[in-house]
Amino acid sequence: MKSLAELEQIRKQTLAKVNLRKEDDDSIRVVVGMATCGIAAGARPVMKAIMDEIEKRNISNCYVTQTGCIGLCRLEPIVEVYLPGSEKITYVKMDADKAAKIVNETIVNGKVVNEYTIGAAKEN
Amino acid sequence: MELARGHVLVCGGTGCTSSGSNNIIEQFEKSLAEKGLQDEIKVVRTGCFGLCALGPIVIVYPEGAFYSLVTPEDVPEIVEEHLLKGRIVKRLLYKETVVDDDNIKSLNEVDFYKKQQRIALVNCGVINPESIDEYIAFGGYSALGKVLSEMKPQDVIDEIKESGLRGRGGGGFPTGLKWQFTANAQGDKKYVACNADEGDPGAFMDRSILEGDPHSLIEAMAIAAYAVGADEGYVYIRAEYPIAVNRLRIAIEQAKEYGLLGKNIFDSGFNFELDIRLGAGAFVCGEETALMTSIEGHRGEPRPRPPFPAVKGLFGKPTLLNNVETYANITAIINNGAEWFKTIGTESSKGTKVFAVGGKINNTGLVEIPMGTTLREIVYEIGGGIPNGKKFKAAQTGGPSGGCIPANLIDTPIDYDSLISIGSMMGSGGLIVMDEDTCMVDIAKFFLEFTVDESCGKCAPCRIGTKRLLEILNKITSGNDTLEDIDRLEQLCYSIKNAALCGLGQTAPNPILSTLKYFRDEYVAHVVDKKCPAGVCKALLSYVIEPDKCKGCSLCAKKCPVGAIEGVVKNPFTIDTSKCIKCGVCMDSCKFGAISKR
Repeated sequence: MKSLAELEQIRKQTLAKVNLRKEDDDSIRVVVGMATCGIAAGARPVMKAIMDEIEKRNISNCYVTQTGCIGLCRLEPIVEVYLPGSEKITYVKMDADKAAKIVNETIVNGKVVNEYTIGAAKEN
Repeated sequence: MELARGHVLVCGGTGCTSSGSNNIIEQFEKSLAEKGLQDEIKVVRTGCFGLCALGPIVIVYPEGAFYSLVTPEDVPEIVEEHLLKGRIVKRLLYKETVVDDDNIKSLNEVDFYKKQQRIALVNCGVINPESIDEYIAFGGYSALGKVLSEMKPQDVIDEIKESGLRGRGGGGFPTGLKWQFTANAQGDKKYVACNADEGDPGAFMDRSILEGDPHSLIEAMAIAAYAVGADEGYVYIRAEYPIAVNRLRIAIEQAKEYGLLGKNIFDSGFNFELDIRLGAGAFVCGEETALMTSIEGHRGEPRPRPPFPAVKGLFGKPTLLNNVETYANITAIINNGAEWFKTIGTESSKGTKVFAVGGKINNTGLVEIPMGTTLREIVYEIGGGIPNGKKFKAAQTGGPSGGCIPANLIDTPIDYDSLISIGSMMGSGGLIVMDEDTCMVDIAKFFLEFTVDESCGKCAPCRIGTKRLLEILNKITSGNDTLEDIDRLEQLCYSIKNAALCGLGQTAPNPILSTLKYFRDEYVAHVVDKKCPAGVCKALLSYVIEPDKCKGCSLCAKKCPVGAIEGVVKNPFTIDTSKCIKCGVCMDSCKFGAISKR
């Protein structure tokens, strides 16, 4: 260890991996529907894609969790994103590519991807 | 380390390990693999969470679900329900955390944790103690970085002095002053040492810090070494702490690998080497001069002071010796500043103190409280009260060197000076709670048996004196004594206190003196009435069957191992006191409550 910068680098790299143990309300929460309906519709690859993307981008203020059936089985896989201080965003009929996109748009940039939301799906 | 969406934290402290947490970890790994979740969920073995009474404990993040009394059979259910399907297993949750069907409370709002403030234990139960990266992620080694890049040695000492930190090993000597003395001492070579020879019966604070957060000790010792001008350090730790020794070894290796121990740390020109010395478990080796004698490779015996270790310590060189918990406060003081530290605690005792709470209390475990918290808060709020609705009688602090605090002083604030003023001491942090069924003479005898065993024998007052004290106590508890014996006992206590060579002997009479001070009537009852009021001292007891309650079922007679109970079925039985060995089996077996001890 030769410098504080080196220490800071290790700290940042590891923080992303442990910060879900900190009780911190400023984190973004991503919830994947993982009941039988969700899993059957492909929720697992969706979650995997979200995790991979978060790791690739070294995002530290976000954690991924799962939930049971929310009653909209026909729209599974469903992913809900809770941004601190704003309403939850519900994305439906997810797949791995869409999941990667919402990580980039919603989690990193805080923008809603309208075309994937439950609102857009209902209009169809 | 891979990114995981969930972390399963399993307590790997000695308490939970002995109640089987290793099997739980294995079962988690197996069950997770069966469900294909092994890459998503990470299982982490941590240090002690503190609530040892409910171990083994498992915490699942990000939900923060606190599962208590977990068995390996419960694990597949947690994996299937919670980790796969996202449904928390409510029946296994620590009941205090459950608000209603849909909500769980944060741990910080639970009675056991609410009044606690964690400084020394901040990382215990949060990080994986075998991962230096996790320690760094939670701010580790930044204090050492700050010290080496921004502060002069004297700045560090001034900061510690200013903080008001006092030695957590029991004596309460101001830590900053000790550092100053060592820094001022003349010498071509200096040492820092850590006393991890925790020997008080029932105390496990230092062990828990070493098991849960070993890097905090390494970092603090490096800071201390820089401040006093040392380049070599020793941790003296008892060999009976295998988990702690192992984790500290791993931590030292990792720190060396990262260049946080060794030559030219942070490119500052500061060198520091750290090594472990194992103690064979002699209580006297917790005394500073005996500890250093033992590190040097000699038989662990104390020597007279002065010279103090700060002037002439290890290998005759100036040495700084602090306790584990004292070191565990250092990084927080450097990172947050002395001003912050001073806001916690009381006027003369700053910061927090860790206690290992045991005995007759519901929540046995490890607690860290701000100084000035009252004993009542510890026993009734954090500790959850006394089991079976019994009454609180006294608490023993400071182990065999300390004294008892009786029920009428339960509102005493816990700090160094208040405890001394009521005849006890802070001690290293063992806190043994006693209920109405405890005989205070018997407690004093228990601690004296310990010191008689542990006396090293170098000085006569301790070697011979404690033995005589124990003999008098034995006389009292067996009913063969006179009131003069109590006076003689008290007089001998003061002689030993004045004449013994080291802290062990000087404090050995404390349990007797403090029980005499607050519970003299119990001693008198033993001597004059030949009765033990708490019903503990066997020689003074007799078991009696009350004829009007006895149904003559003969169960007690069948259970009695010495055939001391006789009678005719359906008529009251009687106990032959000349044969009775007072084992109490008859009383436990009677279904009608007809047997009592008097």
